[in-house]
Amino acid sequence: MNGIAHTLRALHDGERALERDLRATAERHRTDHEVHHVASDLARWSRRHSALLAETGRHYGLDLDGPKDDPSPGALAALREKAADALGRRPGAGLLLLQDLCDLHLAASRNSLHWEMLAQAAQVTRDERLLDLAGDCHPRTLRQMRWTNTLIEELSPQLLTSA
Amino acid sequence: MTEGRDRTKDIWGARTPYDPGTPWPARADAHLAPGVAEDDVERWVPSASLLHSNGDAMDIAVRDGRIVGVRGRTEDRVNRGRLGPKDLYGWQANGSPDRLTRPLVRRDGHLEECDWDTAMDQVAGRSRELLEQRGPGAIGFYTTGQLFLEEYYTLAVLARAGIGTNHLDGNTRLCTATAAEALKESFGCDGQPGSYEDIDHADVIALFGHNMAETQTVLWTRVLDRLAGARPPRLVCVDPRYTLVAQQAEVHLAPRPGTNVALLDALLHEIIRRDLIDQEYIETHTVGFDDLAAAVAPCTPRWAAGICDVTPAAIERAAELLGTAERLTSTVLQGVYQSHQATAAAVQVNNLHLIRGMLGRPGCGLLQMNGQPSAQNTRECGADGDLPGFRNWQNDDHVADLARVWNVRPQDIPHHAPPTHAMQIFRYAEQGSIRMLWITGTNPAVSLPELSRIRSILAQERLFVVVQDLFLTETAQLADVVLPAATWGEKTGVLTNADRTVHLSEKAVEPPGEARADLDIFLDYAARMDFRDKDGGPLISWHDPESAFAAWQRCSAGRPCDYTGLSHDRLRRADSGIQWPCTEEAPDGTARLYTDGITFADPDTCESYGKDLVTGASTEVVEYRSLNPDGKAVLRAAEYLPPHEDTSPEYPVQLITGRTVHHFHTRTKTGRAPELNAAAPDVWAEMSPTEAAHQGLSDGDLVQVGTPRGAVRARLRTTAMRDGVVFVPFHYGYWDTPEGHRPPEGSAGRAANEGTITDWDPVSKQPLFKTCAARVTLVARRATPPVRERTDADADAGSRS
Repeated sequence: MNGIAHTLRALHDGERALERDLRATAERHRTDHEVHHVASDLARWSRRHSALLAETGRHYGLDLDGPKDDPSPGALAALREKAADALGRRPGAGLLLLQDLCDLHLAASRNSLHWEMLAQAAQVTRDERLLDLAGDCHPRTLRQMRWTNTLIEELSPQLLTSA
Repeated sequence: MTEGRDRTKDIWGARTPYDPGTPWPARADAHLAPGVAEDDVERWVPSASLLHSNGDAMDIAVRDGRIVGVRGRTEDRVNRGRLGPKDLYGWQANGSPDRLTRPLVRRDGHLEECDWDTAMDQVAGRSRELLEQRGPGAIGFYTTGQLFLEEYYTLAVLARAGIGTNHLDGNTRLCTATAAEALKESFGCDGQPGSYEDIDHADVIALFGHNMAETQTVLWTRVLDRLAGARPPRLVCVDPRYTLVAQQAEVHLAPRPGTNVALLDALLHEIIRRDLIDQEYIETHTVGFDDLAAAVAPCTPRWAAGICDVTPAAIERAAELLGTAERLTSTVLQGVYQSHQATAAAVQVNNLHLIRGMLGRPGCGLLQMNGQPSAQNTRECGADGDLPGFRNWQNDDHVADLARVWNVRPQDIPHHAPPTHAMQIFRYAEQGSIRMLWITGTNPAVSLPELSRIRSILAQERLFVVVQDLFLTETAQLADVVLPAATWGEKTGVLTNADRTVHLSEKAVEPPGEARADLDIFLDYAARMDFRDKDGGPLISWHDPESAFAAWQRCSAGRPCDYTGLSHDRLRRADSGIQWPCTEEAPDGTARLYTDGITFADPDTCESYGKDLVTGASTEVVEYRSLNPDGKAVLRAAEYLPPHEDTSPEYPVQLITGRTVHHFHTRTKTGRAPELNAAAPDVWAEMSPTEAAHQGLSDGDLVQVGTPRGAVRARLRTTAMRDGVVFVPFHYGYWDTPEGHRPPEGSAGRAANEGTITDWDPVSKQPLFKTCAARVTLVARRATPPVRERTDADADAGSRS
């Protein structure tokens, strides 16, 4: 597998993982309502990215799965939501939220770096298909990062000093 | 004169038609208590309405130390003498026998009367304790859109620099946060670009989610008078309900709730596609056009039609009107602000005006409306999620400047993050990091979403709740300390309406019992807390409304909302309200902002660098400078996202809640005005006749409107609106029921927010009251055919706004 295919696969896996983590965060922090709703919206972006990556991957000899079939919450999600309701009144839930936001931020950063690598490789090989793909998706990855960063900036002063 | 006419039914009064470009004729409205003639009035005291954001100027009639009526001020630019039903009758609430007259403190689970020293010592004592043990982040303030400027400013200084907390917001979060945010996104600064006088000049008026006929009756009277005159304006109405505005409109678009962005993107698509744009204006005054054009390129009317359930032809027709108007005035209110993707949608209306060059000229009005009377002051003074004087919390020079004004160190003003918004303040209280919440003049136990959650937060043992209000509201019943406040007519101060018009409202009578002006309560608290500036002097050196106003002037100097040309005395001598900025250079005020291009968006001046319209993530200064180095208006595109809660087989309809003509602000005052209460004494639910039949229901049935979070029980009214939607007016709570602050045990309630979803716009943080899924089920068939007298507004009673 050449470097480009390798990066496509890494990105595909990264976007799938980010979608899953965003959904899990949404469920776990259902009582932090903005996190819950926006994380669900942003999971859709990653879902789209992994679909586009699977489609593009075919042109590079890759057989990628694309997004998981059913994004609707399963039994585990119901459990997580129940736990969220039970923990909603505890200050400890705030620390858990910050940890989850950190993890999301790092996962999105990893994806962003891969998009950057892909775009650079596309530039040098003059691969329009890849350039378009990166140009389409990378800005949304950056917006995912800015979102987690903003939330961490806003929430950590209160959540870290009040426990 | 209004006497003898029942203005709860005759809502807009007699027509005074006028032609475009001519002044709106005066019409003197008045209402005096039964048996009081004009000759009996001892004094007329100047004021303006505190029951909606129109800012109607009026005189308060006083006799024997009591308010006995009101009359409109014919010389005023806002209302030219007219008054709406709430203005005419609402003043009676001041004299209501259940006004709070003494402070209350909770002892053994019950609220008991006490003296001011006891109550204030408790408030100050708990504040000091929390500051010592847990720091300033343990104390939060939640205020209103109904105090006076002087009071907001004092509260902002004592909360931000005195306590040092970032947790100060107003209930303007529920009514007007999106207006402010949308203006900041596009123009770098809050402040209404247009003027109400634009109604006099416009040839097309577009109302986006704004049932002006009910929410701003006097402004709607102005529109009706234009419609009755020569060359009337043509109206475009966006509202899922067939409101009176819709009935007067040339084009009525009734989109599915939660789809405003798709609709607006399609309107922009059409206007750009047909080249109905002002290329020169775009080049001179904006950045971001290419991105906007690219973003709306796929948003055809056909595409939007599939999402909004509006015909492509209707969208094209609306785009034609908006795109060919010579003087376009647009207004936006809760149908946009309290709906899904609120800021993104409101910003698209700004974009419409920018790409058409419809700003800064008579008739080219852009009115991002307010819901509450002094919401503008909350925003200017920084008693909501902003810093005073529209300063930018991300700009160190702005913070340093504010520190200079207050004579404190910059690090004494929290600016590590944007000021905490109301919904997050409640979340912190729920989690236990906020331990004291001081609520002034607002009633979250009825007005916030998902009421059982809010009640349980306020009732927590660990949370010390202070409520400052006129009555023992639902919220006050859950408080630990209740402070009786004076109100409109009982204190002096300034209030500024949605089109930046500043009015002085003078004290006419004494407040009841020991009730005190909010300003005096704040000053008392500041004195007990002994807040100091950096040189050891008192942080708050003013002592009455006039000196508080002077302090605010120093804070506003040089900022967009510059009040330096105003004073209580100047306002007292003026015939009419004056629009800010009012300075030495503009001594008579400023009718329109941006007459000479965009002026406040400069990176060094702007109030905000903007936010991502989907995620709400803040833009950093470096990014803003590179995007907009010359401080032009920013055209920000927005992609449509599906609503967060959609219909399902279990919850097959969409619930929208709204404001109606006879009531305001959970009926704290309007429910105590006999005529207004009688006109709409209890909650109801509305559906289209088709939808009702589809659900097996008919007019007059007692129904339950349930969501996954709660339920309301109400009589059904069938009325013209889109299918698949149920509307419930938002005003009703429990203070006039046996339970006092909650629904009957184990039963459905009457407050629309029992079931609304806890979700807010990530950009403006305004809660959504217009997008959640519900089911409507039969409780009991109507016994007899419904008998009720219909009012003019009844055909559309209630609204999106």
